[in-house]
Amino acid sequence: MASLLGGAVGPVPTLTGGQLIGRLEAANLLGRGGAGFPVGRKWCAVADRAQGRAVVLANGAEGEPLSAKDRTLMVARPHLVIDGAVLAAEAVGAPDIIFYVGAAHRAAEAAIRQALGERSNQLKQHVRVVPAPAGYVAGEESAAVHFINAGAARPTTTPPRPFERGVDRRPTLVQNVESLAMAALIARGVERKTCLVTVSGSIRNPGVREIDLENTLGDVVTAAGGLAREPQAVLLGGYLGGWAPIDEVWALPMEPQSLRARGLTFGCGVVHFLAEDACGVEATARIATYLASQSARQCGPCVFGLSAIGECLRRLAARSPQASDLDRLTRWSGQLEGRGACKHPDGAAGLLRSALGVVADDFKAHQERRCLGRQPAQPAMVQPLAAVA
Amino acid sequence: MAEQLQVDRIRCDGHGLCAELLPEMITLDDWGFPIAKSGAIPARLSEHAQQAVNACPVLALRLAKARN
Repeated sequence: MASLLGGAVGPVPTLTGGQLIGRLEAANLLGRGGAGFPVGRKWCAVADRAQGRAVVLANGAEGEPLSAKDRTLMVARPHLVIDGAVLAAEAVGAPDIIFYVGAAHRAAEAAIRQALGERSNQLKQHVRVVPAPAGYVAGEESAAVHFINAGAARPTTTPPRPFERGVDRRPTLVQNVESLAMAALIARGVERKTCLVTVSGSIRNPGVREIDLENTLGDVVTAAGGLAREPQAVLLGGYLGGWAPIDEVWALPMEPQSLRARGLTFGCGVVHFLAEDACGVEATARIATYLASQSARQCGPCVFGLSAIGECLRRLAARSPQASDLDRLTRWSGQLEGRGACKHPDGAAGLLRSALGVVADDFKAHQERRCLGRQPAQPAMVQPLAAVA
Repeated sequence: MAEQLQVDRIRCDGHGLCAELLPEMITLDDWGFPIAKSGAIPARLSEHAQQAVNACPVLALRLAKARN
């Protein structure tokens, strides 16, 4: 049976747009770019527009440092991604398709271009490939649209959202490439529900894995060769996701809705294990520093809040905090939600809240200028955690 | 029609006039940027809310139809 990364797929069956959207809704397919928005509903929003010719923007920007699943998919199955984009374009009535592929992901861009070269001339005339600039927010949907329209990959104030007014002011369906590939499988009647995860950190065989949605975190560990060293926490969902205690999530299905019910996030499928001898404060400081550096620098709460959080965390990680640093962090972590044009500050605040809860002992120790005996001698705090591939 | 506050985060420069004119609904964070209460503006404050909107030098504060 075909799945995202393997198995032969036959031709795309002929379905009306309504039939396909119905199948996507019945399958309860949620977006795989990070936000987890229902795919069928998103297609409906564009299909049901009052006027205008729509555009499909296949999003393969993949700016999350710990994720490699989108580029892996585009290299392994470019035709499946293209199938999904073509189906989406037919379903929503979009004459044009744009593949927005991270400029750093050269092999993925080459694979998509080559696969497009094997398609019909009629399709080629309506498709273009646009390299997405580096940067965490370049893949945010309004930023992607803004980059294509004006050359600046910065989020814009919404509403209007891209489905109302996007590329060239036309209704635009921005959909992650894995979501599109999944739609192309669902169109073919594939019933197995799988998703891609990128596993990294304290694990024997890091990399991208395809798992069944009902698989637990324990199954993911098994699929990635087992734990390298006993981990103390796992980062789920990427830099804008959150830390979770291993024991509490070990037997949980990785399915986005069940994670969400526990206050956790599947995000873009990042699973990163923090080794027992690593320092939770230091790891959080690195992530927060990176996120602050990736602010689009448009909204005050994000520019100043994230940079202050980063400074505070670096002082704590170095065990030289100011008297009220931990109190400040706690207060700021509750003040950033909904205060940016995009969700970058929300995600950073959520990450911080999860850290303050999951590795609370580390934070308390660091505020008292101690470390619980697991900090490396020379913390390299400005580097993000090692990216995969 | 009940209304709620909406801040255009990209426009907002943190002048802070809104928090002075409508402290019941708007406070400032450590860097002077507004934290607005969500939900409908009570009728008794609607005049002050309109003044806060009018006072914003960069037109970043708006009244929008309240959800629900």
